[in-house]
Amino acid sequence: MFGYIIRRILAIIPVLLIVAIIVFLMLRLSPGDPAAILAGDAATPAQIERIRTELGLNDPLHIQFITWMGQILQGDLGTSLISRTDVWTMIERRLDPTINIAILTIIISVILAVPMGVVAAWKHRTWVDYLVMSFSVLGFSIPVFVIGYIFISIFSLQLRWLPVQGYTAPSDDLWGFFQRAILPSLTLATIYIALIARMTRASMLEVLNEDYVRTARAKGVPERDVLFRHALRNAAVPIMTIIGIGFALLIGGVVVTESVFNIPGIGRLTVDAILARDYPVIQAMILLTAGIYVLVNLLIDLSYSLIDPRIRY
Amino acid sequence: MSGAFSSRSLVRLGTFTAGALLAATLLTPPTAFAQDGKTITGVMHSGLRVLDPVITTAHITRNHAYMIYDVLLAQNDKFEPQPQMADWEVSDDGLVYTFTLRDGLVFHDGEPVTAEDAVASLKRWGERDSGGQLIFDVTESLEADDEKTLTWTLSEPFAPLIAIISKQSALPPFIMPKRIAETSADTPIEEHIGSGPFVFVADEFDPGQRVVYERFEDYVPREEEPSWMAGGKHVYVDRVVWVNMADQQTAINALGAGEIDYIEQVQVDLLPILEANPDVTVERRDPLGYQTMGRMNFKHPPFDNKEIRQAALMALSQEDILATLIGNPDYYELCGAIFGCGTPLADETGADTLLSGGDPEGAASLLEEAGYDGTPVVLMAPTDVTTLDDQPVVAAQALRNAGFNVDLQPMDWQSVVTRRASMDPPSEGGWNIFFTNWMLPEVADPLINVMLNGRGEDGWFGWPEDERAEELRANFIAAGTPEEQLKVAQELQAHALDEVLYVPLGQYFMPQARRNNISGMIPAPVPVFWNVQKED
Repeated sequence: MFGYIIRRILAIIPVLLIVAIIVFLMLRLSPGDPAAILAGDAATPAQIERIRTELGLNDPLHIQFITWMGQILQGDLGTSLISRTDVWTMIERRLDPTINIAILTIIISVILAVPMGVVAAWKHRTWVDYLVMSFSVLGFSIPVFVIGYIFISIFSLQLRWLPVQGYTAPSDDLWGFFQRAILPSLTLATIYIALIARMTRASMLEVLNEDYVRTARAKGVPERDVLFRHALRNAAVPIMTIIGIGFALLIGGVVVTESVFNIPGIGRLTVDAILARDYPVIQAMILLTAGIYVLVNLLIDLSYSLIDPRIRY
Repeated sequence: MSGAFSSRSLVRLGTFTAGALLAATLLTPPTAFAQDGKTITGVMHSGLRVLDPVITTAHITRNHAYMIYDVLLAQNDKFEPQPQMADWEVSDDGLVYTFTLRDGLVFHDGEPVTAEDAVASLKRWGERDSGGQLIFDVTESLEADDEKTLTWTLSEPFAPLIAIISKQSALPPFIMPKRIAETSADTPIEEHIGSGPFVFVADEFDPGQRVVYERFEDYVPREEEPSWMAGGKHVYVDRVVWVNMADQQTAINALGAGEIDYIEQVQVDLLPILEANPDVTVERRDPLGYQTMGRMNFKHPPFDNKEIRQAALMALSQEDILATLIGNPDYYELCGAIFGCGTPLADETGADTLLSGGDPEGAASLLEEAGYDGTPVVLMAPTDVTTLDDQPVVAAQALRNAGFNVDLQPMDWQSVVTRRASMDPPSEGGWNIFFTNWMLPEVADPLINVMLNGRGEDGWFGWPEDERAEELRANFIAAGTPEEQLKVAQELQAHALDEVLYVPLGQYFMPQARRNNISGMIPAPVPVFWNVQKED
């Protein structure tokens, strides 16, 4: 197992290298000029050209790439071309809201969706099943910003229970964090509840027809234990996969939700960097996202062996 | 493995946690979101990313600079230069300008402001600003005589010098410490220390998202009443926080709920929501507003032909564009003046068709006379800026109605910004026409207005080579009195619209919104936070 983990972690290196090369080339070969954006509306082409030179954007591509890789190997993600701020400082500040809201979203989603999926499978083709599936379809179908606005309208503007927008770090004020994070998390959770509940239901339906479930029932195991100890454990592998990928997607950034609730997260940082052609920030964000995906996938794979003892690495 | 994982316990724990979390949240007292009474939180028109006010002409950077830097001279609401950090004297022959710094000027790091700091700042600014470049073209020397006095000696008279030094856009000459001002004008500065009424809090700066200013305790305001950028800058709050909200609806909700105090620009179509809120005041802060305009590329067909440019101008209607862009007539006005209506040099000669709904038939016949061969007009259409996404669509249809073959190319604004710098033919990544907006002080004068630069490739995007425009600009420099300047400006207006150096498409106003407990905001093109008070 330990050797497997080491091998998987080492495999991250070539993955990130390939991602780095592709991202670097795509940015340099696509239209857009950070110098023109930096210079503003009234700058002349000559002024823009001088800024390009100062920023090193006129250097040959291979020199720019080697310089960047050299920085990365020293643990330096570089400096924003636009704000002249250290890229890691920018990302670090935005990671806190994104990770905390992602965790809260996943907790809410799992707590609600797994029991919903189990009960829907258990009560297959009854009104309970139809109710859960209807919610699932709605959760998928309604755009996330609509859900966000509805929540804001009810809980913030009419009932005035919660703030409209913003973010407070839990380390500064745990209570303030929950107040500001609950609506965006519930908004995001709507989709994930729909997704996880559907997946749980499908997996449970498969295993509920297995012989060992019939055997458990035949020997008098209480129905709750049949569902949650015998069936759910065996149905959990695809559910864990969905939860893991969902978490990675949330970390990768949820731009619309961040905009609606004014959360200074990774998603807006990435979009703003792309709009401003801020190459070092975009490159760092894509590398970071790729790294998170690889690690989350590794954790998902490792979780399989915890759930299913037949799976060994 | 059974001991390692218990679905039942997990579900129980989860249910308890969720229940507790929701219950606790729902029991929150409704007034828990009040802020410190001495902090003003404002949503500005965009996020601050670039902190160097010399390297960029972005409005948000200039607004930031007015918070933390001070200027030697500033203009009041009549465009009249006034002393700010310094008084000035001009020699009888108009060749020597002497500036004397006032007492009590201190940088945020505690060092006194000296004439050497001002000299270094002016020189760096002069490398970037078009007006500054003109002054330095005739500068013999710019030197500090002592701690408080600097002398600017010219080789020939340059009457608009004081007007340029005191301007508020696009690049006002902000004064920074010499060691910072010695940075190349093409390299962004990394230290942000001024002598203005607010201090930039570097630790709390989140580029594009949030910027925090604190009152500068050692700032000594002038005694005069504030007027635009001139006069006393009295600070009555401890902190000012600018936040960027990508979604204007969120900002409006936040203002309504009292979570923020101020929105710099409100989309006109969302105004009814705020106007219905008795706790909020919606008003025009900027009496002059913005000029929206179109610029053609003089280097490539078809707009390298004057008659075809004239046909394009004839095809366009200000009313159609402004009605689509703004909608509510209370917030726009037709104006054919290249220097903007409400400014001292305003004149509307040559703008008849623009003001009377366009003349598509006249444009069509002119186009035929000019021998237009159907060359596609590449029109760059930004889709991500609400004040820029309607002009291209309306203009494209108007041009088509006149017989132009229009290739409307949607893109994000930053792609427009990048692509407009390309001098390549439109078929190879260049362009023929684009639209943008200016604050009126940025176009109000022949030397500041970059579209009137006739120096070809050394000028602004579109690159007209226009000797007459340069001659008129030189005449403006030489004009000794306001009457003479106005006469030259009128000639330039007629010439600019005859040559179609650009197409003024009218003026619009972006209202601001504030909570009623915020008062004292100065009516000015730049939103400033001195003089502003917040009641608890």
